[in-house]
Parts: sequence; C-alpha cells; structure tokens
Amino acid sequence: MSLRFALLSETPWDKPRPTSFTLDTEVSRVKYDQARWTDDSDDRYEPLLSEKANETVEVEDSPLPDDLTRDSLSLPDPAEPELARHYTRLSQMNYGVESGPFPLGSCTMKYNPSFTEDVAARADAAIHPDRPDSTVQGTLALCHRLQDYLGRIGGMDAVTLQPPAGAAGEFTGIQIAKAYHENNGDERTEVVIPDSAHGTNFATAAMAGYEVVELPSGDDGRVDIEALEAAVGDDTAALMLTNPNTLGLFERDIEHVADIVHDAGGLLYYDGANLNALLGRARPGDMGFDVMHYNVHKTFATPHGGGGPGAGPVGVREELAQFLPDPHVRERGGNYEHYEPDNTIGKVHGFYGNWPVLLKTFAYIARLGDEGLRDASAKAVLNANYLAEQIEYEVPFGPFHHEFVASAGEQDAADAAKRMLDYGVHPPTTKWPEIVDEALMTEPTESETKRSLDQLAAAFNAVAGDSDAELADAPSRPAAKRIDQATAARNPRLSWQALDDT
Amino acid sequence: MSNSDSHATGSPYAPQTAAETAAMLDAVGADDLESLFDVPESVAFDGEFGIDARSERAARREVAGLLGRNADLTEFLGRGHYDHYVPSVVDDLASRSEFLTSYTQYQPEVAQGFLQALFEFQSMLVELTGLGVANCSMYDDATALGEAATLSQRVRSVSGDRILVPEHLREGKRTVLSNYADGPDLTVESYPMTDGVVDVAALSDQIGDDTAMVYAESPTVRGVIEERLGAVGDLAHDHEALFCLGSDPIALSLLERPADVGADVVVGDAASLGTGTAYGFGLGMFVTREEYLRQVPGRLVGASEDAADRRAYTLTLQTREQHIRKERATSNICTNQAWVALRTAMHAAWLGPDGLIDLAEDCVTRARDLSDRLDDIVGVQAPVHDRHHFREFLARTDQPASAIVADLAAEGFAVHAVGDHLVQVCATETTAEAEDEFVAALREVAK
Repeated sequence: MSLRFALLSETPWDKPRPTSFTLDTEVSRVKYDQARWTDDSDDRYEPLLSEKANETVEVEDSPLPDDLTRDSLSLPDPAEPELARHYTRLSQMNYGVESGPFPLGSCTMKYNPSFTEDVAARADAAIHPDRPDSTVQGTLALCHRLQDYLGRIGGMDAVTLQPPAGAAGEFTGIQIAKAYHENNGDERTEVVIPDSAHGTNFATAAMAGYEVVELPSGDDGRVDIEALEAAVGDDTAALMLTNPNTLGLFERDIEHVADIVHDAGGLLYYDGANLNALLGRARPGDMGFDVMHYNVHKTFATPHGGGGPGAGPVGVREELAQFLPDPHVRERGGNYEHYEPDNTIGKVHGFYGNWPVLLKTFAYIARLGDEGLRDASAKAVLNANYLAEQIEYEVPFGPFHHEFVASAGEQDAADAAKRMLDYGVHPPTTKWPEIVDEALMTEPTESETKRSLDQLAAAFNAVAGDSDAELADAPSRPAAKRIDQATAARNPRLSWQALDDT
Repeated sequence: MSNSDSHATGSPYAPQTAAETAAMLDAVGADDLESLFDVPESVAFDGEFGIDARSERAARREVAGLLGRNADLTEFLGRGHYDHYVPSVVDDLASRSEFLTSYTQYQPEVAQGFLQALFEFQSMLVELTGLGVANCSMYDDATALGEAATLSQRVRSVSGDRILVPEHLREGKRTVLSNYADGPDLTVESYPMTDGVVDVAALSDQIGDDTAMVYAESPTVRGVIEERLGAVGDLAHDHEALFCLGSDPIALSLLERPADVGADVVVGDAASLGTGTAYGFGLGMFVTREEYLRQVPGRLVGASEDAADRRAYTLTLQTREQHIRKERATSNICTNQAWVALRTAMHAAWLGPDGLIDLAEDCVTRARDLSDRLDDIVGVQAPVHDRHHFREFLARTDQPASAIVADLAAEGFAVHAVGDHLVQVCATETTAEAEDEFVAALREVAK
C-alpha cells in the first residue's frame, strides 16, 4: 500500500491536523463475500420467480360477464417454502445498515431500532382512515404529540405530518410559499437554489411552476452573499437551503441570508436532509427559516426500506399555518380532531401520509428525548470528524459536521466506490456535490463504533492505495460483478416479459 | 451506555464509550464535543425541547396506551383503502433487515436482491395491465394520478391542458391532483356519471381537443365495475388525450386488461396486496406504454449484464430523475415506497394467479351477496346502482346516514356516510366472520 503523505499537508481550512496516523492492521483485513446464488446456467444468478414457477390460468366461469373480464393471467405460482427460500436468498444478496457501515452522504443511514417495528405493527394502529374522529382518538393524540415534538425540535410553530417523503415535503412547503404570496396578491415566479443543493430542490421548484435560479457557491463552499443579493429580488418566492449544507458546512451567515430573502419579500425554506447534524444545537426556526421539512427516515431512524417509505413532515411559522395541508390535527377540550386550515393548499397525499413511518418516528423521539437527540447529533459529528481524520483522501472543505466530502483525487470516485464494496463497507455518495473533484460524500452517522470507523477508514485507505486497474475491475466480492450501466439504458429491459422479447 | 430499561444519558443507539469518545476527540484535536459545532452563538439553541427520554419498554407502553384509545370497530370501510388478509410469510420475509434497512440501490452490485424483487414487481404489473413499463412505485394512488397528469404534458402527441376526472372521485384524490396540476397550469374538471358509471355521451360533449387526459376508475370509488371503458379510451384518443385508468392489482387480476380498453397509463393503489389497513398508507402503481418510457416519473429497474456476463439488475434511465436532471427531471420524487412494493410482490406470488383470481371473484360475489342481504332489511335499499360491484357498494337508508354511522359505531361497526341517506359498505374476507352480526346490527339501526 502506498500511503499518500502529500495529502497530510495543511488543509485549506483553519483546523489543526495531527501530523501522522496509524493504520490498524487488524481491522484493515476486513473483507466481505456476499452470498451469490447461481444455478446450472452460466448467464444468471438466482432465477426470477417467473423462471422457477410460472402458471397461466384461464379466466372462466367468473361471476362477471365475459366482456368485463380478462382472458387469462400468467404469473409465478411458487409454493410457500419455495417463496420463502426465494426472498431469503434475495435478502442475502442485499446490503443493509445491519450488514455493515453505510456512510452514504446525505442519506443518514443510521441504525433503525427494532422496537419501533413492533410499535408500527400494532393491531390497534391498523385502522381505516375514514373512521370518525371520535373513534380514533388514540391515533389523533399520537399525531398531535408528534406534531408538537417536531415543532419543538425544528423551532416551528405548526407541523403537518401528511407529506409521504422528503421531496413531497418540499413540494408541500413550496406550495405553501406560493399560497402565501398569492394570498398577499403577490405574483412571484422564481425560486433560488444553491448549486450544491439536493436535486429534489430544483425538481420541486419546477414542479410547482417556478423558474429555478441557481446560486453559485462561494469559494468557501457556502452561500456567496454577493451572488445571493444579485439573485434575490421582487420575483423571488423562496430560497431553498439546507444547513449544514451538502459539504457539511454550517452557513455562518444564515441570519444575513434570511434578512436578504425576507427584505425582498421572499420566504426561506429549510431542506431537513441534514438535520441530524444539529439536533439540540440549532433550530431552523431560530435561524430565520419560515418553512421546513423533516426527513424522518434520516434524522429519526425510520428504515429506508430499499428506497422508501419515508415521511416528510413540514413545519411552518405561525403566519403560514393557515396554508397547511387539509386536514390538520388539533386538540379541543381534551379531544383531538381534524380540521381544515383556513387557506389550506389542499392535500398532498390521498389520506394522512405514511402513518406506520410516523409511528416509528414518534417511538424513536420518545426513546431518545432531549438528551438522546442531542447526543445523536454530537456523536454523528464526532464520527464524521474522526473518520475524516483517519482517511488519506483530501477533505477540502471544513469545518464540517455530520458529513464531509473527500476527493478521490486522481482516482475516479465511482470506481473507488466500487472497490470499497470489496472491503466490506457500503461506499459514500460519489461525484456530488460537484464543487469537489471526484467527490466522496461521506456520512458515517452516530451508529458506528470507533472500531467500525477504523475498519471503514481502512477500507477507504486500502482503496486509496489500489491501482486504477484494480479499481476498474472492482467489485469482485458482492453478488454481482461490475454491472454494465450503458447497456441497461441503451436496451431497456424492465420486466421479465422484455427478457423474453430479446 | 446501557441497553437496559434503567435509562442512561445519551442516545442508546450511539455506541461510543466515554473512553472512545475521549480518544476520538483527541484524534481530531478537539477539546470537547461542543467545539466540533461551527454554529454562531446568535443562532445556537441553548434551550430544551422538554421531551423526556423513555426506556424502550416505557415508549412501547406509551404508544399502547395512546392507541388503546382508538375504538375497537369492525370496519366495513373501503373507498380506496382496503383490508385483505396478509400471510405471515410476507411480514417475516419483508422484515429481514437486509431488505428493511437498505437504501436506494445506487450500488447495484451489492443490492441485487432488492433490485430483482423490484424487477419482479414491475413485471407483475406489466402482466396485470398489458402495458410495457411499470415503475417501482409512487407514494399512493392520488400522487400517481397527479404524476399521470403531468406526464400528459411531456407526451408530444398531447397538446391540451384540461384533465377530465369522474364525478364520483375521492375528494382527497382530486385535491392532490389539483396540487400537481397547479405547476403546469392544468385545469381539473369533473365529467358526469349516470347510475354509477361514466356517462359516455356527456363525456363526449365535454371532451375537446384541449383535453390532455381523461381519467376513469374501475372499480370506481363506489365499487362499481365500469362497463364501457373501451368507449372512454376511444373518446380520449379521438381527441389526442391520454386515457388514464385507475384500478388495483386484485381487481386487475379479473377485470379487462387495461391495454385491451386502450389505457395509456394505469395508476392505483397496490398496498391492498401486502400491507392491508394502515390508516391510508399506500403504494402508488404507475404503469404506461413503452413509447412514454423516457417521460416516466420515478425509479425503474432494468436488466443488464455484469462483468461475469451474468444477468444482473440495476436502476436505469436515471437521467430522467431529479438527482441527475434537476429542474428538468420528470418528477421530484426520490424516496418512494419500495419496501411496500416488495410486500405486494411477495403477497401476489404467495397467491399465484389462481389465488389472485379467486380473491378477485370473492370481491365480486361477496359484495353482491352482502348487498342482497342488506336489501332485505327494512329501511335499506342496496345496491343503489344496478351494476356489478367489487368489494363495496352504496346503500340507501331511510334513516339519515349520519345516524346510521353513529348507531353502528355504538354496535362496534364502521361504514361510510357518503350522502344524506347514502352509506357505503365494503366487505372482504377479513370481515367475513362479522357479516352476520353486522347485518343484524344494521337491521336494528335502520328501522
């Protein structure tokens, strides 16, 4: 392994750095061979359900007239033991938080406490959404308490639980901003977003019908105040910001930023993706934000489930509460009820959002309380700082909080990530944000022990020392070798029916 | 740090010991945890949330205490959210942490299992609809409908901006659609229905070349099976509009294939397979024609090959998505309902085609048999619409619907009030054992 001592020189930001580090040779040996099921064929791994047990059934003698029914249905028909084995094998070809470190930047892949699953699986939680309020007082009470908790944590006056994901929360928040301006007879056409923001911010603003004004970052990786002043004006409906930003940096001038936006008549929107950095240390409401969403599947440990479900509650300050989605939950004389806010934007989910996820959120917050939430952020920030200290790749921007963005330097970040898979860890988010060349956006979360961080660092450093050829050939240990993305996109085969066609 | 119920300070899921914390602080050259935070004093939070930490046992007891305040009702409720029996094997397999605690499959080599499961889910929807492309989920049926409306604006052959929806539609679904329609300046209009189904003649009068999409449902929100979907599709196509059909995977196992009635997009909620009643928690289906592939919102799993020349799965055509295309993305969706889709696929496979068709046929006969029984009750006429029904139907009551609902609740049953003298009743296999008592209770309160 060739250590890159050059990278240990002074960092561009003002922070004392130790002059040496030691690699723990024991932990650097961690490797991970993922289960890889194959059958006699040499062109696939675990066969599809349709390749194991498919059956075509004719629809006949149904209780409906023939012209209202389909002719036949062709689907897999595995026996239950076969079904159990199929999905168990698939699970063995999948990597989760409980498999090992998962430092995917911006995603907050922390441990998901088991007990919250039991809470969400309760039979008395499995109720229909159309029941009268008087028969669902328990559910409404819990929702009300969660609204209150989230409001306190974010420094917001009112919270809706309805948005089913972070991006849905953004859409809700921007629709609220739009309703606010329209209510003031104020037509505004633009949403300002820093170039380093999450892609959802841009897409959300466009979906809501706004023109996107992209704000270049300053040299220090933060909002460039001069650029902001130039970008913000009478057309500005909102500035969407995450703080700390995607480089993990706190926007030190946040109050000035808020003043600029508010003076122009715009609203300040907080993207809650990075809230895990600040629990109990700073609140968006105190920084001047008017609207925010919470990513409960990040900050509050509800499991990501392979891409979802999440939930994206939205908090607002008092003046905006009249625009919240319909319905909202309130307490009246000891009873809880749904009501329609005066100038509601309407609904953003067909019912009340992702209720089981909200239950898990409540359980997690109740378990941690003030001290636990504060500790979670402190340890998340400590873990990020410690990990960054142990790795050889350069980290050009700081001081960072819960995540940092390293540069793979001369290496291709995507290739480096593939190679990390061979060392038993999930790699960071790669090639983003673009302000860092060959970005490795890394968020270890508070869940990792010092030992697992050392193992993680060993994986980073092993990859840093590997040759380009080794990177290009990676990975070799997960279930699949490097997958050809170009062919997947050029010749889309999105179903087993499409496989038969080719 | 302690896992026991005698609670220690800090997060029980932040495992660093005091000694490790000290060593790590030393390694980064920090005196204490506070000094790691670069937060200006003027915005630093030095207050308390006032949230007391609970032990795990206390947190569970607290939730149990709260939810215990929900009335214990047997729900004859539907209107877009349905309860079906979910086999234990679904809970068991879906709870495996490799599935539950994984992320979006941005590193496909280490996520083949979930990708294959989603590929299989997409394939099941392709079979059920006869359309070529299914994404791997939207949030729920309402948001999927909203996405279909915005899709119409990206399809070149469509030029209009009016979205026509049925008069009988869940109000919540309509207002979600209105929010999605707001950005691209689409107008949402209702077309009339006659005796529970689309009034095709009235729709024909209302539709025009400025129509972008016609939406119809089968079964409808009132449980009616539409009989002239082909004519609705023809009308839409005659005016270069998309035909979007709302349904669910159980109904689609039996009813006409959407492709055969000219559907361009199929949306709906698929959580009725795999999840059951969960206070409206859903799974949005989104299935469309292959020609609109590059305009599809959300994630798509495709097959490719790996370096060992074996078939492997990966998220594909990501240049449609927000993390690549930003404000020009087909949608802002990122987090979806992947795990719910996993459950749906498991449940569908457990049933198999025979089981799915049987279940769908049961939804038809059970609604028919129960409405026949209610019709025999003095003060009740059912079904209101002389049509085929699926799971649910409307009943007219001599007593005010609000009184029926309240009186039934007192007897331990829940039904919908949908008009002054209209109630809606939904029955599935999960309420089978309660039907006799329900009929008896209704007989008492309907007098």
